[in-house]
Amino acid sequence: MTTIARDFIRQWLVGLGRGTMLVWETACSIFRHKPAWRDVIYQMYFIGVKSQSVVLITGAFTGMVLCAQTYFQFHKVKMDTATLAVVAVAMGSELGPVLTSLMVAGRVGAAVTAELGTMKVTEQIDALRTLAAHPIDYLVVPRFSAMFLVMPLLTAESVCIGISSAYIIGVFLLGVDPTYMWYNMLRYAGWTDMLTGIIKAFVFGAIIIIVACDKGLNCPQGAEGVGQATTESVVYASISILISNFFLTMLLNRILTGS
Amino acid sequence: MIEVRNLKKSFGGHAVLDGVNFKINKGEAVVIIGASGGGKSVLLKHLIALLQPDAGEVLIEGQDIACLNERELLKVRRKFGMLFQSAALFDSMTVEENVGFMLRREGNHTDKEISECVAEVLDMVELDGTQHKKPAELSGGMRKRVGLARAVIYKPEILLYDEPTTGLDPIVSDAIDQLIAKVVQQLKVTSIAVTHDMRSAKRISHRILMLHEGKIYADKPTEEIFKSQDPIIYRFVNGIADVKHITL
Repeated sequence: MTTIARDFIRQWLVGLGRGTMLVWETACSIFRHKPAWRDVIYQMYFIGVKSQSVVLITGAFTGMVLCAQTYFQFHKVKMDTATLAVVAVAMGSELGPVLTSLMVAGRVGAAVTAELGTMKVTEQIDALRTLAAHPIDYLVVPRFSAMFLVMPLLTAESVCIGISSAYIIGVFLLGVDPTYMWYNMLRYAGWTDMLTGIIKAFVFGAIIIIVACDKGLNCPQGAEGVGQATTESVVYASISILISNFFLTMLLNRILTGS
Repeated sequence: MIEVRNLKKSFGGHAVLDGVNFKINKGEAVVIIGASGGGKSVLLKHLIALLQPDAGEVLIEGQDIACLNERELLKVRRKFGMLFQSAALFDSMTVEENVGFMLRREGNHTDKEISECVAEVLDMVELDGTQHKKPAELSGGMRKRVGLARAVIYKPEILLYDEPTTGLDPIVSDAIDQLIAKVVQQLKVTSIAVTHDMRSAKRISHRILMLHEGKIYADKPTEEIFKSQDPIIYRFVNGIADVKHITL
């Protein structure tokens, strides 16, 4: 048991150190070298455009179910018109960024790890190095830059769709007064909630792509290794998102609202 | 030009390279032979710093590359071209994009110039017309030839070949050997190949290094290796198994 715990801690620390080095090298590469914009745009398409269905469905149904549940509880105390305000705050600062990031971690993180892992086991990354191309510059930077630009947009989109869906469900299905519902949302949901969500999206995007690239570039040999790295990429990214979300909520609440 | 001094490398406590020493001069065509799993590919990867040694030095034109970081190595690697055992073509790119990769990265050439250079080297490896194919559409021999074209297009000073003929039929193997010999002759490059295909070794080398039990066991001109009566060299060259190692 002691050995298992020691191995787990050692592996966790090694992974953390490797991830930190990867962040550092990526940051240095972004500031010192001209990015390959063609690759960045392709990755933006891959991450942003190809994630549309996942993000829209997640945002819409989360907003709808949140609206319905909030209405059912608030209706008991005659606070129906506060429903959209709760949905807006929850979607904007918590559910929007977290659920969008978890879906992107599953779709994009897994794909990136599998792609880089396959390149590693088929010696394509070694071939890159022999062709005087740094794997960080060529493989990590375009993906990191694209994710950094696209993730806040996907989150904003998910939040907007979630609030719109909640409005439609509230007004047309549950019969809430649209004017008061909209007025209460504007009154209680502030810019700090939206800004919190956008800042979280930047951080979660960075976590997803760094974990995915790290797992791919350090993938064990063989098909089993690629599968293991892909699974670990999604699991580690998801757990990191959930844990960091708590600390970000506490920190951003302190910074943005002073409470 | 290339000097390896007391190179040591272990994996999981097993010493694969245990004090390797040799020198290769400019323009030489050298083959490294040795048993499967004996560390030939590991040795080759040390020459281009794809692996870091546990101890020892790898000197390229007097510069020890073992102590350079990945960015410093980029400049050194510009001198090298490498053909991998599996060709290691980028499977998301076409043949043209694979072969022209280095020229495109350097950014000193127009698209037209790159296309012309690619057509020229593909013609040299007798694959002109395959520019728009993906690696998955090519046979093993064709992939190796594309790998060779990718390695020579930027005119490196040193070419490394990792098992260039492994897994190919004798006719394709012969074609690859002739190509390697042609490249050495035409481009005047230093050529280092790793193989256990003795027919291939005879065709493409001036000198043979034999790796045995983690050390350079023999370093002789090709003809001498083939005439050697040393039992270890003789058995390897003629493909005779040691009876002691045969169990049923």
